[in-house]
Amino acid sequence: MESEVLKVEKFGAYFGDTQILKYINLSIPENMVTAIMGPSGCGKTTLIRCVNRMHELITGARVEGRILLCGEDVYKTNPILVRRKVGMVFQKPNPFPTMSIYDNVIAGYKLNGIRLGRGELDRIVEESLQRAALWDEVKDSVHRKGTFLSGGQQQRLCIARALAMNPEVLLLDEPTSALDPKATSRIEELIIELKEYVTIVLVTHNIAQAARVSDLTAFLYLGELVEFGPSEKLFTVPEDKRTEEYLTGKFG
Amino acid sequence: MNSGNVLFRLVKDRLFGAGIILLSFGMLVPLFLILIYITRNGISAINWEFLVRLPKPVGEMGGGISNALVGTVILVGLASIFSIPLGIATGVFLSEYRKGRLAYVVRLCAEVLQGIPSIVIGIIAYSWIVISMGKFTALSGGVALGIMMLPVVVRTTEETLKLIPDSLREASLALGVPYYQTIVRVILPAALGGITTGILLSIARIAGETAPLLFTAFGNPFMETSILKPVNSLPLLIFNYATSPYQEWHTLAWGASFVLIVMVLVLNVLAKVVTARWKVKF
Ligand SMILES: Nc1ncnc2c1ncn2[C@@H]1O[C@H](COP(=O)(O)OP(=O)(O)OP(=O)(O)O)[C@@H](O)[C@H]1O
Ligand SMILES: [Mg+2]
Repeated sequence: MESEVLKVEKFGAYFGDTQILKYINLSIPENMVTAIMGPSGCGKTTLIRCVNRMHELITGARVEGRILLCGEDVYKTNPILVRRKVGMVFQKPNPFPTMSIYDNVIAGYKLNGIRLGRGELDRIVEESLQRAALWDEVKDSVHRKGTFLSGGQQQRLCIARALAMNPEVLLLDEPTSALDPKATSRIEELIIELKEYVTIVLVTHNIAQAARVSDLTAFLYLGELVEFGPSEKLFTVPEDKRTEEYLTGKFG
Repeated sequence: MNSGNVLFRLVKDRLFGAGIILLSFGMLVPLFLILIYITRNGISAINWEFLVRLPKPVGEMGGGISNALVGTVILVGLASIFSIPLGIATGVFLSEYRKGRLAYVVRLCAEVLQGIPSIVIGIIAYSWIVISMGKFTALSGGVALGIMMLPVVVRTTEETLKLIPDSLREASLALGVPYYQTIVRVILPAALGGITTGILLSIARIAGETAPLLFTAFGNPFMETSILKPVNSLPLLIFNYATSPYQEWHTLAWGASFVLIVMVLVLNVLAKVVTARWKVKF
């Protein structure tokens, strides 16, 4: 297997006294799509929010264990630096409502006070929008507000915004749950194309989606990692009974 | 029997609807009466001279209210300088630390402050500033009006910020933007419309305040632009002239009332425009 970008070791997460994640071990290799699946409330969102240290923003939240990003413990690094290396796309599209499409894409630079020349910015905007498969639709209106776009376009704008920072890892939390089938398949194609540039962790409820786009799949159940392996194997001959029950629709 | 019942209900329904419409028209009556009355009495005093001239001594015809206009602008300006930064900062604090004990106390203070009668605020500004400086000043009037404005700015800032979804803050933080930058460059800009509206309405509210100025800004028959001297203001001028025995001064007071009302209306309309134009779609 190729080198691993993300390694989760003996990792646990809490909200107050409630343990949400229990002793998770995962290693996620470079340039692959890893799907995280499991019934509602099993801790998928919590797990990926621990990777870029968004979990700790909630009062009473805490963690134990280690998460290594390119060999460095994210909990020993400044969260701001971690978040610049890890892009995140949320379940609900959340472009910055006061900014144009253009400014949304380069928001990571502007808001962080990173100054770049006009030409460089133009290049980043075009490249990121192209990678997010949005460029052709918006190239003539990049100075309009991002919130005028459709839901699917807004989600791709959020993907472009994350990609503009050249992250090592892209975390996608059910990015298509608010979208129609057409926009969904557009984003699925996009995920497969993006593998080339970035390692992707995808939370999804949609079994077919995970089967279509992911190389590896992790199955979480009640905060435990039940099974982790190549998607093909996990979807056809799951080792654990709980995985099988989930896949056949017994729960979740 | 049954159909009679239905008919009865329909009639009741109609009566109820008509009653509500009638009552809401009733609400408009006082406003229109005020507007008509003031316009009838005041409009005759209004002309260019009225706005740019100083008041004349008793007995002489004509004269204007320019000193009161300038004074009102100075007082409102001072009040804004004192209350807007402090009010926005407090509002941000309240919406960021919603559940903290300190936030609870601060919120309570803002509510109490809003309920304090304006005359009391005037007395407080008098004993703090006028007495310690030994003179009536625009500054003390500005402080008194600023104290009146403060809780309104705090509240509108907090209320506006509360409506901004958490997802926006998370979008910014997830890009590695530091917390204070997120507040200043993402959250506050999204709230700008609401906050501006609140500020305009609170200015409209204090522009007509008289009581807190009686023993702070005091009033002044001359043009004065120093914040360390007493200044006139529209409501003070109205109060002084309307309570005088001279007919010409009564006309000036009506004219000044008209100007004040127009100012308040303009601020209200402006607030509506800002709300509509700067509406942020999430
Ligand atoms: N802010 C919070 N405070 C306390 N508990 C929380 C909070 N957010 C989530 N939880 C709890 O943590 C558990 C895991 O939540 P999480 O959002 O990670 O689930 P999920 O697997 O993403 O579910 P879904 O598929 O519905 O999005 C849930 O049981 C939930 O009740
Ligand atoms: Mg979730």
